[in-house]
Amino acid sequence: MSDWTSPSTVSPCGCEVVRMKMVTAVIRPEMFDAVRAALEADGIYGMTVSEVMGRGAQKGIALKFRGKTVPVELIPKVKIEMVVKDADVGRVIGICRANGRTGKPGDGRIFVLPVESICRVRTDLEDPEEA
Amino acid sequence: MIDSGATAFILVCTALVMLMTPGVGLFYGGLVRRKNFISMIALSFIAFALVSIQWVICGYSLAFGADISGLIGSLEYTFLQGVGMEGDRIPDLLFAAFQMVFAGLTLAIVTSGVAERIKLSSFVVFGLLWTTLVYDPLAHWAWGGGWAAQFGALDFAGGTVVHISSGFSALALALVIGKRLGFGGHGMEPNSIPMVLLGGALLWFGWFGFNAGSALAADGLAANAFIATNIAAASGALAWLCAAWVRGRPGSVGIISGAIAGLVAITPAAGSVTPMAAIPIGAAAGLVCYGALLFRVREGLDESLDAWAIHGMGGIFGALATGVFAVAAIGGVDGLLYGNPGQLLIQAVDVAVVVAYSFGATYVIAKVIDAAMGLRVTEEEEYVGLDIAQHGESVRV
Repeated sequence: MSDWTSPSTVSPCGCEVVRMKMVTAVIRPEMFDAVRAALEADGIYGMTVSEVMGRGAQKGIALKFRGKTVPVELIPKVKIEMVVKDADVGRVIGICRANGRTGKPGDGRIFVLPVESICRVRTDLEDPEEA
Repeated sequence: MIDSGATAFILVCTALVMLMTPGVGLFYGGLVRRKNFISMIALSFIAFALVSIQWVICGYSLAFGADISGLIGSLEYTFLQGVGMEGDRIPDLLFAAFQMVFAGLTLAIVTSGVAERIKLSSFVVFGLLWTTLVYDPLAHWAWGGGWAAQFGALDFAGGTVVHISSGFSALALALVIGKRLGFGGHGMEPNSIPMVLLGGALLWFGWFGFNAGSALAADGLAANAFIATNIAAASGALAWLCAAWVRGRPGSVGIISGAIAGLVAITPAAGSVTPMAAIPIGAAAGLVCYGALLFRVREGLDESLDAWAIHGMGGIFGALATGVFAVAAIGGVDGLLYGNPGQLLIQAVDVAVVVAYSFGATYVIAKVIDAAMGLRVTEEEEYVGLDIAQHGESVRV
């Protein structure tokens, strides 16, 4: 896994072409406004946002009902997907952490994936800088 | 003697008012977050079911039994003993049913103050105590021959009994149970505004039964109340629309809230004022309630769904406006504008007592229940939402 690279990491000419990453943050819905505002303040505008259901290591939340444990398997979350320059990844993660954190289980996860290519629909450009 | 026209009319009005209770549920359900959508609607049905049974066991008798010192009714009609198919124009059983749907609706309005955080079992206990100790005496005072009726206070369809009482009780309850987790910080936007509007539509529709039916006859007074009701609703909606428009884009929730503010304010007045008086009453109620809502938000009070601002403050305004606009040609009593300033004073005293009693008694009941069994769900249950935590159901995304 560690030495895996996406097929386009190295172009046919041998030079690095991948300069973009997709950062997927799955966070608490009630923290979304704060995270979005903080990202925007830092110049990160583009994002795709969806309401999702999910669970982590705790397998959801366990509630008590008449002394018995009642599992709530899936908890609503908000998923933010952002495609950012490699150099910005650390900052984006930091912002999501700082503004999405309550310190309790259920604050979410952040995934970083390589982006193979980006095409803008409006034009024929295929360049992350331009797109 | 039974009057078949009046009986047919009140039968229909009773059903109309019943529809207002799930109407409140849909209105409130649309206003909360999706995880509590079912809970809000369920609370309105639970409120209605609880009060229906309490009413026939003892509520009706406490409200309409023989007067005891102006404060409460006797127990002569418990279990509907002596309440039969005969009556004055309408059967006594129908009168009891008509009053029952008012009592059920009132408890449903109170759920505003505990939205998204009340423990179901505590609500059941609270509801039974509240309707017995707060609603029933108030109904007796105004309509059952209690002190307010003897004193000459005008409350045609329940401005004090239903609206001031539910609004100020919701406020007291909200203060005892505390703010929702994350209130003021996290977004708490309505999950379904179309549902709010649907609930509002059912309220507006049912209110014709509420006010016109309070004439207890299919006559001219019922017609006066009917049209005054619609005029006040329309006037309130337009006033709130204009006020909100000045501040920005006028939301539809505000427009329907304005209609309800107008309906609340005309409730005590519908049998005492001319239809034209309903225009200023409705419009002023829209502005008063909008102002109250802005105040509530500014103060950071989590009386979550604004029963206090709309029912409580709208109810106070309506009760006072009745003392201003009442005219003898409609209801037999003149108000301030027709040379009887004393009526306004009577209304003011009635309002002050009802505000103090409903707020104070509810505060005490809520404190006792909170100490005995806890009013509120756990933090985790509140986070997950009452739909899953209390009912094991959820609205699918």
